[in-house]
Amino acid sequence: MAAVAATLAFGSSAVQAAEAEPGGKLLLTGGVSALEGGGGGGVATWALIGGNETSRGVGGSVHATYVNVPDYELRSAGVTLGLFDRVELSLARQDFDTGATGAKLGLGQGFTFKQTVAGVKVRLLGDAVYDQDTWLPQVAVGVQFKQNDQPAIVRAVGAQDDTGIDYYAAATKVLLDRSLVVSGAVRLTKANQTGLLGFGGDKHDRYGAQFEGSAGWLVSKRLLVGAEYRTKPDNLGFAKEDDWADVFVAYAFSKTLSVTAAYADLGDIATFKNQRGLYVSLQAGF
Amino acid sequence: MRLILAATALSLTFAGVAFAQQPVPPGEQPVEPYVQSNANAGATPMKDKAVLEAFHGKDGIARITSDLVDRNISDPRIKDIFATADIVRLKRTLSEQFCYILAGPASDGGCDYTGKDMSATHQYQGITPRDFNILVENLQKAMDKEGVPFAAQNKLLAKLAPMSRQVIERR
Repeated sequence: MAAVAATLAFGSSAVQAAEAEPGGKLLLTGGVSALEGGGGGGVATWALIGGNETSRGVGGSVHATYVNVPDYELRSAGVTLGLFDRVELSLARQDFDTGATGAKLGLGQGFTFKQTVAGVKVRLLGDAVYDQDTWLPQVAVGVQFKQNDQPAIVRAVGAQDDTGIDYYAAATKVLLDRSLVVSGAVRLTKANQTGLLGFGGDKHDRYGAQFEGSAGWLVSKRLLVGAEYRTKPDNLGFAKEDDWADVFVAYAFSKTLSVTAAYADLGDIATFKNQRGLYVSLQAGF
Repeated sequence: MRLILAATALSLTFAGVAFAQQPVPPGEQPVEPYVQSNANAGATPMKDKAVLEAFHGKDGIARITSDLVDRNISDPRIKDIFATADIVRLKRTLSEQFCYILAGPASDGGCDYTGKDMSATHQYQGITPRDFNILVENLQKAMDKEGVPFAAQNKLLAKLAPMSRQVIERR
């Protein structure tokens, strides 16, 4: 995959070096940064390529995300690189802070799981914005390589591995005449709580197909309000894992700065029930 | 490169003067003859007349297209594309095109589009995706100035967006 990106980058730079154009995307058409990095909604991944670039340039963004639910905190920070509106490379670091809950779980006060997610996404076909005369969406496929930094602990709770690879296909469409954005993705994954509790489990240890769906209404060119739903596996015997859902508001102050705020329902996490709370994400890009 | 192409286009225009058959509207330069057709507009008319009202009818459309052209020719990012353009003709044909899309043909109370098709009009201009998006942004500003609600703006943009395939030359 990296070789493909390198070839594309080289091929294009050879032809266009003198005329490469920075920026040029319309507001919000690169999506916002998803929790696991790359262009998406909040908890869902979209087919849009991050960064403000068009097919003739390179773009990128950085994001910082904070989620506060009753018994945990989740922080995420990452970088996304968009190459020619075709290939997206992303790197995200997630900190899952158990705070006072850590002591109750026997992990110790403030115990924090950390996970690194490296992603590659390639747009296969379609243009979510331009192709308004067809129902054909923008379609992309991607891979996320995930590494959890607590191999002993995640195995102790029943996970089979501290590393995992997610594979997904996403389809995103802007229905301009209705001012709507809709997106769906199918993800093949073994990840427990996206990988924060490891991969595979004592109950199940096979890849399963999970679904991510988003729908948003473009209120203005700067403002998108919507909702997301993401199904999750349930691999661990010690605690039931729930699907995630949220309602969100994404606002673009400018082409370089946007904010996403959401009310997220993360369900039960590691035996602690009804983890609902605020999700805030800031992103800056070019 | 763009200069050479523009010069070529200009000389083609002059070469065509001798063969011009269509009457030249006042204030415009003559163009080579071509087949006029509403099909050249590159989009089919909208069924929903409420959108036309949101654009304040033909007068609103004329104000928006005139403002859009003014914004484009003074926008440092894309004004070079319009360096050799016949601005009077551009404003007239653009207004006809939007009017045809929003209000239907003249026989239905709207306008007939008398310009060339989207490929011919934009040929040799070397338009990039960024240029196209800048034009969209300027159109949004022009529609905002006219007070067209965002949802109605998007209905017109949905008709124009697929034209990117003919308009964008350098991808």
